Amino acid sequence: MAVGALYAAGVVLGCVVGLVALRWADPQTAQTVVVLGGALVMTGWAVVPLVASAADLTLDPSRFTTSAIPMRELLPGLALAGLLGLPGLATLLASLATVVTWSRGFPAAAGALLGAVLGVLSCVVASKLVTTAVASLLASRRFKDVSSIVFIVPLVLAGPIMTAVIQGGRDSRDYLPGLAEAVSWTPLGAAWSVGGELDAGNPAGAAAKVLIALAFLAVIGGAWYLLLKRAMVTPPYTGGGSRKAGRAGLFGIFPATPAGAVAARSLTYWMRDPRYAGSLVVVPLLPVLFYFGGAQSGNPELLIVVAPLTAFLLAWSISADVSYDNTAFALHLAAGVRGRDDRLGRALACLAFALPSVLLFAAGSIALTGRWEWLPNILGSSLGALFTGLGLASVVSARWTSAVPAPGESPFKKPPGNVTQTMLVQFVGMGAMAVLLLPEIAMVVAQLVTGSMVFAWLGLAGGPVFGLAFFVAGIRLGGRWLDRRGPEMFAQLANNR
Amino acid sequence: MTPPEIGRGYAGRMSDPSPGYPAPNPSSGAAEYPAPPVPALALRGLAKRFGDKIAVNGISLDVPAGSFYGVVGPNGAGKTTTLSMATGLLRPDFGTAFIHGVDVWERPLEAKKLMGILPDGVRLFDRLSGEQLVSYAGLLRGMDRSVVQSRVQDLLAALDLGKDAGTLVVDYSAGMRKKIALASALIHAPRLLVLDEPFESVDPVSAANIRGILEQYVASGGTVIVSSHVMDLVQRMCDHVAVVSAGRVLAAGTVDEVRAGATLEDRFVALVGGGMHTGGLEWLRTF
Repeated sequence: MAVGALYAAGVVLGCVVGLVALRWADPQTAQTVVVLGGALVMTGWAVVPLVASAADLTLDPSRFTTSAIPMRELLPGLALAGLLGLPGLATLLASLATVVTWSRGFPAAAGALLGAVLGVLSCVVASKLVTTAVASLLASRRFKDVSSIVFIVPLVLAGPIMTAVIQGGRDSRDYLPGLAEAVSWTPLGAAWSVGGELDAGNPAGAAAKVLIALAFLAVIGGAWYLLLKRAMVTPPYTGGGSRKAGRAGLFGIFPATPAGAVAARSLTYWMRDPRYAGSLVVVPLLPVLFYFGGAQSGNPELLIVVAPLTAFLLAWSISADVSYDNTAFALHLAAGVRGRDDRLGRALACLAFALPSVLLFAAGSIALTGRWEWLPNILGSSLGALFTGLGLASVVSARWTSAVPAPGESPFKKPPGNVTQTMLVQFVGMGAMAVLLLPEIAMVVAQLVTGSMVFAWLGLAGGPVFGLAFFVAGIRLGGRWLDRRGPEMFAQLANNR
Repeated sequence: MTPPEIGRGYAGRMSDPSPGYPAPNPSSGAAEYPAPPVPALALRGLAKRFGDKIAVNGISLDVPAGSFYGVVGPNGAGKTTTLSMATGLLRPDFGTAFIHGVDVWERPLEAKKLMGILPDGVRLFDRLSGEQLVSYAGLLRGMDRSVVQSRVQDLLAALDLGKDAGTLVVDYSAGMRKKIALASALIHAPRLLVLDEPFESVDPVSAANIRGILEQYVASGGTVIVSSHVMDLVQRMCDHVAVVSAGRVLAAGTVDEVRAGATLEDRFVALVGGGMHTGGLEWLRTF
């Protein structure tokens, strides 16, 4: 909260200083910035509650269903509460700074003040309208699952997106005033443009925009009132619909053996559990990231490392698999699953999508960069990294637990448990991985230094051979450890819970 | 009795022999002396310490085959810890448990085939549908796919979960979760069922449903152990009972032996002690 306040204060200060400085800019620039900025802020107010499923629901209307507060008091109360939060105060301060921007005469300043008040109120009410409308949606598990996965995409792609936006802004500088003019006639921008219209000596336009802003506020206010009235008498429904039997899903596809069942269960989790699905969503984004990264640094051939790196990341991703099970692992223990079957099933589930992805990335990256002489070594090292990593992760997750988000919690939530051990396991594990991958690394380096294709073919042969050897050894050793220390693992999981 | 010296790990566990435990040896001299029936569950000197707290302090107990056995005790008495050690989930510091004569901690895989367990307070693989979860439990035990399929349908129907079979367990209510966990424990037709708090947060209709299934199971020769702190339920449902408090067995035997003419609840309170002072809340009558 303190950090949030500091951050907000910084942003607000920046905005206020900028808006005050605009006082001396030419009117068209000032109007463009104020209108587009205002429209952006209002969009933010409406959209953020949708994305931030972890949004504070302290003032969730359903919480008021049991206390008898009349609507006439509840509505302004909730709006005021929305305004008094950090984002509300920040928006209010920045909006009031636009009065300074338009203090180029009394009518313009007064118009800006009216616009600012209307704008801020619209922001708050729009946000409340959206939260109320989606309250029952926000409470549903399915929505939480999906939103937390989708949320990862812009986070991962933040770099390329920022670059594109900056580039786009640079290209369309001449186009912005026109856009601002258009936006100022929409509810999103109308309120913010009143001061500018009056400054330009256009009272009719200003009046029209005040009307647009007022009408918008009235419409969303009315809609909010109606939704709130309904929400007060219908508590949100959290469950999904019930579904009949007959969907074995992956359990019908994998062989009916303990290892097959574990694989089916794990793969189902890779698709259904946001904590796993989050990583799955990132996989297709990795080449994009490397493509842009390479293009920006002027070194497009960087793309060819994507296959071995993906192999490494995906293989290592099951190194905390048992920790992700949490105490549900009791079922494996109670059923007397042999450690070997447990290990093999989890590794096969990961392999089911990791192997095609890695092969595809290897071939695709080579084709895009045209460096065909690297194909054998990239294939070899990718397969080596994948199988070695799975073997090592099978050993690690059989012996050590990591602090991971509990089932049903957001993948972003700070997990409970022993963080020091988690860091240590991750760090030492990665180090061990690097050591086990020395043969593959040596072949790549040798080809890099000598340029000889001999090392390329050696790499292609050696990677899978070493990888499979470590894979088998890892499954066996991890299985034996799990057989011997299953109850101790379970005790650790119960502690971390 | 002095608190047990708790050894570390499983090295110290075998220091305690199994006093009086009859070796399952049906062939020797069965003609003259009929061998005493092997109990479905035999606990021998089970003890467990968590840090400074001794959770279970030397529990020995015989659960006869074919009995409906209740384990009652106040909160924190060590019921869950004892049952976890008896079922292979928690390694005891001392002592061991035998399921139909098979040592749980010597031959765990064999012992686990004989029992189905419903642990309390553990999660389920709740991103599976109910149907998938029970199938998973069956397949994990190496059962045949077609057998699993038909049993899953039977179990879901018997537990009245048929219309929610395809719903994810995460969307189940607390009572439905108990029922689906019970189904997972029953899928391999175990000889012994160990159920920790099976009726907690279960609605009365479902509870009657579960009771019916368990009674039928016992009637056909199975053994059920339930832990509970609802005395009334145990008195009506079980034929044997053990009263556990502070990690010790205070009384054990048939329900009639233990309650000795009184209700089980009165007997329990007398055995465990405390809880009889009701004074000191005079202000409660000042409304």
